[in-house]
Amino acid sequence: MEFEPRIIAFLCNWCSYTGADLAGTSRITYKANVRAIRLMCSGRIEPSFVLRAFAKGADGVLLCGCHPGDCHYQEGNYRCLRRYKLLQKYIRQVGIEPERLKLEWISASEGKQFADLVNSFTETIRDLGPCKIQKTMQVLT
Amino acid sequence: MKKITIDPITRLEGHGKIEIFLNDDGEVGNVYFQVPELRGFEKFCEGRPVEELPAITAKICGVCPGCHHMASGKAVDAVFGVEPPPTAKKLRELFYMAHFVHSHTAHFYALAAPDFVVGPTAEKAQRNILGVIEKVGKEIGTEVIKQRRRAQEIQALLGGHQTFVVMNIPGGVRKGLQDNERDDIVDKAKGFVDFALFSIKVFEDFVLSNKEYVNLILNGPYSLKLHSMGLVDKDNKVNFYDGKVRVVDTEGKEMYKYSPREYLDFVAEHVEPWSYLKFPYLKKIGWKGFIDGQNSGLYHATPLSQLNAADGMATPLAQKEYEKMYNTLGGKPVHATLAMHWARLVELLYSAERLLELATDPDITGKDLRAQLGAIPGEGVGIVEAQRGTLTHHYRTDEKGIVTKVNLIVGTTNNNAPICMSIKKAAEGFIRKGVRVTDGVLNMIEMAFRAYDPCFSCATHSLPGQMPMILEIRSSDGELLQQIVRD
Amino acid sequence: MEESKSKLKLAVYWAAACGGCCVSVLDVHEKLFDVVAAADLVFWPIALDTKYSGIEAMPNKYIDLTLFNGAVRNSENEHMAKLLRNKSKILVAYGSCAHMGGIPGLANFTSKEEILSRVYNESESVINPENVRPVPEYEVKEGILDIPQFYNDVRALSQVVDVDYIIPGCPPQTERLLEVFTAIVSGAELPQKGSVVGAGIKAQCDDCVRKKSENKKIKKFYRPWEIIDDGVTCFLEQGVLCMGPATRAGCGHRCIKGNAPCRGCYGPPPGAADPGAKMMSAIASVIDEKEPEEISRIIEDIADPAGLFYRFSLPVSLIRRKVM
Ligand code: SF4
Ligand code: SF4
Ligand code: SF4
Ligand code: FES
Repeated sequence: MEFEPRIIAFLCNWCSYTGADLAGTSRITYKANVRAIRLMCSGRIEPSFVLRAFAKGADGVLLCGCHPGDCHYQEGNYRCLRRYKLLQKYIRQVGIEPERLKLEWISASEGKQFADLVNSFTETIRDLGPCKIQKTMQVLT
Repeated sequence: MKKITIDPITRLEGHGKIEIFLNDDGEVGNVYFQVPELRGFEKFCEGRPVEELPAITAKICGVCPGCHHMASGKAVDAVFGVEPPPTAKKLRELFYMAHFVHSHTAHFYALAAPDFVVGPTAEKAQRNILGVIEKVGKEIGTEVIKQRRRAQEIQALLGGHQTFVVMNIPGGVRKGLQDNERDDIVDKAKGFVDFALFSIKVFEDFVLSNKEYVNLILNGPYSLKLHSMGLVDKDNKVNFYDGKVRVVDTEGKEMYKYSPREYLDFVAEHVEPWSYLKFPYLKKIGWKGFIDGQNSGLYHATPLSQLNAADGMATPLAQKEYEKMYNTLGGKPVHATLAMHWARLVELLYSAERLLELATDPDITGKDLRAQLGAIPGEGVGIVEAQRGTLTHHYRTDEKGIVTKVNLIVGTTNNNAPICMSIKKAAEGFIRKGVRVTDGVLNMIEMAFRAYDPCFSCATHSLPGQMPMILEIRSSDGELLQQIVRD
Repeated sequence: MEESKSKLKLAVYWAAACGGCCVSVLDVHEKLFDVVAAADLVFWPIALDTKYSGIEAMPNKYIDLTLFNGAVRNSENEHMAKLLRNKSKILVAYGSCAHMGGIPGLANFTSKEEILSRVYNESESVINPENVRPVPEYEVKEGILDIPQFYNDVRALSQVVDVDYIIPGCPPQTERLLEVFTAIVSGAELPQKGSVVGAGIKAQCDDCVRKKSENKKIKKFYRPWEIIDDGVTCFLEQGVLCMGPATRAGCGHRCIKGNAPCRGCYGPPPGAADPGAKMMSAIASVIDEKEPEEISRIIEDIADPAGLFYRFSLPVSLIRRKVM
């Protein structure tokens, strides 16, 4: 059976989620591998959300927020950026390829960009293959 | 063949198990001393920043964390290619002397004394620290607790955390000493000197004045002729914190003297499939198996072997006691296993005297606590003499000081093969056809390893324990013939 | 030890431990007499000679309170965990190793094979041409010798058996233990099952002795040896990583009083399940930078995030071991 990546996307309500919506209403097709989770701001994406997503079987995690300077809560997206950088460094250490975690800025008008992002990210993950972390969770004696 | 299992053994720090096989004549066929644990510090320290290792490796053992902290601190200094400034070095040694006072006191009174003061075959319910207190008086018991606590207070003062010191930082220490704190330490140190002298007196009164015990020490099945290892200073005097490792042969002649970074030329380790603990030996001689004598590749690393390996003690009172010990026991070197207890007391006195020396050294309250660090050369070995033998930490790092390799040869591990052999000798001496193996007999066998003050928590980077003992004697087809339970 | 019906039956046991936890129990010093007055110690290997077989013979739930320290690293540890669970009314995970896997839990960054190979084959001092490895069962000419099976994964106590309470710390503060003990003896109402007891309800930082400003701003991280610590300012503000924000209070800032940053032995504060995740958000908040490249450069100086953020807690973290 061909591997179908499971991707979790955490989207900021104000820009990215609207952008994703726009992609839908504009009938821009994109891969169905993504399950989107809406948050009020990318600054609300806790590192534990990302880690939990991987632990529960996600093959890739996508973080999307408003473009720099556009965050409705001033600094949320910068905080997200810093968390993302830290997370990448951490997951590399525990053996998860950092490419499995991606951050992009998507504005409310960037429906096309969102679709392209999802498509290319899905391909990246398809090339990487399934994430092995869930298997790792089984205790070996 | 009958099998006697002593599992687990007691009054030591760590898990251990003894299997005694009896042949059909009811005599000892063979004895195996097994260590059932491993934690793998060597491996999981890889990837950590090297400056974290003094704290991480201290968790090898909650009984002697200070030894690992010091050996590690020195290995880290070596990785950075620096020497701590005099004040820092003296503070570390000051801490370390307090650690010795604390540990040797605990071992002598709580673990060793019950066998001598109360008696090797006394009622088992009496054969513990409370029994000792009953014999020597409550006043003295209180004094023991007090002195041990005071030594602990010095450790906490210098080391921050009460159990796991956080003293060492590359090139020095994190915290200096204030004048008033120093005064307090001087005060305590004076008390330790008196207390050490008193402890030696206890040993004389209860052990040396008892002909039976002296006979047991000298002529019992408790002698093992092996080479002796220990750390010595530039004058070949005993030192715990710094110096070179000296090895003398069974006749007391110097074989080797090496710096920490040369340890791999002199020591190697052997693996057996029935124990998680490796068996170190002298590399130039090679692994010759479990044999004693001048041709053996095995060595002791104990308080006694350190005294054997050194030319004397660097402090006056300890030197006097050192001479007295060798005069009494017939000259150097001494191979009587039970004399380790005496040697430990000589060391206790030395630690106390050295502590006082350091505390009154004007440098000790100095403000220069850390050396300037240069580039990271990337490899370092640190050796100290731990209470239970020479302790080696060897690290390699990348150019950023991230650990790539760790090798550890810890105090008790050095003595793994000797402990096996000492137990066997004792078992052969006490278990004979027709002799009913009683609890007292068992304890006499246990005394053989208790002398080493073994710490398998350290040795296996594993877990400690003073464990109950069950001895089962089985026939060759496994039928239980006799079971002795110690409680 | 004399046993009486009315007194509490207390047991203390270590699994893959270092002994420090048992030493912390011993460090009650003179108060040991109070403890003994209120409780019968029915099993405590460091102080008593009760045997394994003695435990096996006890009826289920015979022991009122067991303080279990050490991680579960091998088959013997697991056996004892299960045995003591059955024999105890209240089973407490005592200390970081039992609570979260502790320092031995760092082994989950590697595997059984890697550890055995390092220790018995690759070690610089080992000479082992025949590739001998310790095995659980080995036949010598006189008979069979056995040792416990070494596991691949380190686990915390709660990952092996049901745990009633947790007393955190490496080792726990003796005073905290005494408080808990006194509460139990006095018959006080017990907290909800699974609670952390004998520790604070805030983070280390909340009552830290070091000086800190409201708005921490960090442009660069330093290894502890790269700066001269001023002895008073918050480590994090000096750019030295300190686990304070992601660590439960209660130890009395022991390391900090020794001029060393906290390493997190008390585990995460209430409400934060994963200390590393908590620490990552805390650090992300104090880094004073918006440019991606600059952020990367600043983070570059965090030498070993996984090993620091999960120093004591890897086996119970969200990603509980390295992918192998
Ligand atoms: S929690 Fe700490 S003190 Fe307790 S056993 Fe583990 S390493 Fe030792
Ligand atoms: S980060 Fe560390 S030093 Fe700073 S306030 Fe918190 S616990 Fe104290
Ligand atoms: S300061 Fe941190 S690491 Fe040190 S004892 Fe307290 S909680 Fe544990
Ligand atoms: S509101 Fe969109 S990132 Fe903050």
